[in-house]
Amino acid sequence: MSVLLDISHIDMEFPTPKGSFTALRDVNLQIKKGEFVSLIGHSGCGKSTVLNVVAGLYGATRGGVILNGKEVTEPGPERAVVFQNHSLLPWLSAYENVELAVKQVFGKIKTRAEMREWIEHNLQLVHMGHAMHRRPAEISGGMKQRVGIARALAMQPKVLLMDEPFGALDALTRAHMQDSLMEIQAELNNTVIMITHDVDEAVLLSDRIVMMTNGPAATIGETLDIYLERPRNRLELADDPHYNQYRARVLKFLHERHGGHKPKTAKVSMEKNIEFDNKSVEHAA
Amino acid sequence: MTSTTLTGSKPAAWKLSQFDGKLFGSAIKTVVVPFAGILVFLMLWSVAAQNIDTSLGKFPGPAAVWEQFDALYQEHSRSREKEAAFYERQRERNAKRVVDDPSYQPKIRDYTGKETFIDQVFTSLVTVMSGFLLAATIAIPLGIATGLSRTLNSAINPVVQVFKPVSPLAWLPLVTMVVSAVYTSTDPLVAKSFLNSMFTVTLCCLWPMVINTAVGVAGIDDDLVNVSKVLRLPPLKHVQKIVLPASVPMIFTGMRLSLGVAWMVLIAAEMLAQNPGLGKFVWDEFQNGSSDSLARIMAAVLVIGFIGFLLDRAMLQLQKLVSWDRDSVTH
Ligand SMILES: Nc1ncnc2c1ncn2[C@@H]1O[C@H](COP(=O)(O)OP(=O)(O)O)[C@@H](O)[C@H]1O
Ligand SMILES: [Mg+2]
Repeated sequence: MSVLLDISHIDMEFPTPKGSFTALRDVNLQIKKGEFVSLIGHSGCGKSTVLNVVAGLYGATRGGVILNGKEVTEPGPERAVVFQNHSLLPWLSAYENVELAVKQVFGKIKTRAEMREWIEHNLQLVHMGHAMHRRPAEISGGMKQRVGIARALAMQPKVLLMDEPFGALDALTRAHMQDSLMEIQAELNNTVIMITHDVDEAVLLSDRIVMMTNGPAATIGETLDIYLERPRNRLELADDPHYNQYRARVLKFLHERHGGHKPKTAKVSMEKNIEFDNKSVEHAA
Repeated sequence: MTSTTLTGSKPAAWKLSQFDGKLFGSAIKTVVVPFAGILVFLMLWSVAAQNIDTSLGKFPGPAAVWEQFDALYQEHSRSREKEAAFYERQRERNAKRVVDDPSYQPKIRDYTGKETFIDQVFTSLVTVMSGFLLAATIAIPLGIATGLSRTLNSAINPVVQVFKPVSPLAWLPLVTMVVSAVYTSTDPLVAKSFLNSMFTVTLCCLWPMVINTAVGVAGIDDDLVNVSKVLRLPPLKHVQKIVLPASVPMIFTGMRLSLGVAWMVLIAAEMLAQNPGLGKFVWDEFQNGSSDSLARIMAAVLVIGFIGFLLDRAMLQLQKLVSWDRDSVTH
């Protein structure tokens, strides 16, 4: 299949009071239609920066992003973003939050009835049909994230960008959300870039894992294609030798020294949920 | 940023009252303690009043002031009766003339009695609300624009900072002269004196609203702004859907501050410029210098304070009504 999204040799420099800071150097990544790609790397290496350049919220200093043959110059709904902290408008209900997006994208194409159906359909897709009319303050963190995903899906984006969408959730909720996301992905086959720092999440969900070196001047260190059959089941995969090999590869990359800093070792918890202690990594930086 | 120091002091006060609540129980705290506080105040006032001699007699104690409240109310009722009688007489006279001469067009002359204390209260309320609303219609859009544009913010900030501390007494002569020069209609819709006090109020309560609105707008969560960018909301929609609702709590904080300022400014303006209203009532009584004057002024002081308090409560209720963020609404 042909390339849908071309992240072409981008550099990103931020002006700071102490002079310019090079966050990214020569990040080069091509993504095919329907591919699910995870970006993994230590905290502060530049994952969000890559995502923000693709979203059009930052402009790359050098290089550029080409989507469907057109260069990305500004943000837009065809590159919908799911932000880490849900970013729902707190004064609107779940339904109204999705409605704002749907009206903006389909206001001139769909009738009112069609739009209502489409909003409800997307909320049901993320299992939020029962709590559509509650406000963000009245629902749990996981539910908020579901609404955030529904809002992004409702824009029918060409690429769905997710910045640590489940990072703030507890382990159990996160597992539910991952399963939901796999279901949705099986149905819609979206093109997705997801940032994560959870190795299991990356292996479970992705077609390809992109591992980034540490900043400054972070770049892509290694990519890993995941040839696990879908639908994937987390319990069966736990004993799958391929799955464990993939995990080991990613873990090894993250443990080794990459880039200018020496990363602290990752914590491996009992239920094989690997996360990195953000604070200790930042101390090392 | 005045607003931050203002709101910053609030959580501490709130914590303190919560601490009290645990010690005394909430019923005692909300009823008994305030009541006791008022009683102690009345006693101290009574005692102090007896020991202060002025050229107009003893300083009025609570009893004397209470008497004047009654007297002021009686005056008002009498004046209303007179007014009703005045119109009744006219009606009768007109009816009679129409019977005598069917071609006669009846005329009704307005009653021109002296404004009573209660009339003055209403005049003051109308003036303060007009000045405040005029200020709000200027300040809120200006504050939003200032909060959205850093350039505009840098341009406006020095002006705001310089005008904010200006006393109404300094504005008043300028406003009076300008109104006299510009407002030269032969059949004026509203009195000049009304405009003088109204514009003075407006000039003084613009600034807290401009500053708070601007701070609220500039402080909107980056993520929400990013949502708006990803959706490509056009500028007006961005203001309507994101900026306005997000900054409603801060806008209302500014409006409450402004209304408090407006009420204080108004009384001073009315006093100095002889504009009708509560301030003029106080001034007239002072000039009058009868044995009741001090008690009547004291009655006015209490009414001024009480109305100021009610205005603040009203703004608070309005804020609760429109605010999505209950936590931001503090007493
Ligand atoms: N707007 C910005 N201005 C200056 N520096 C930034 C900005 N955004 C990110 N950075 C820096 O770029 C680096 C990468 O940040 P980020 O992409 O947020 O990392 P990650 O998402 O991988 O944790 C960090 O060192 C961060 O301080
Ligand atoms: Mg990040």
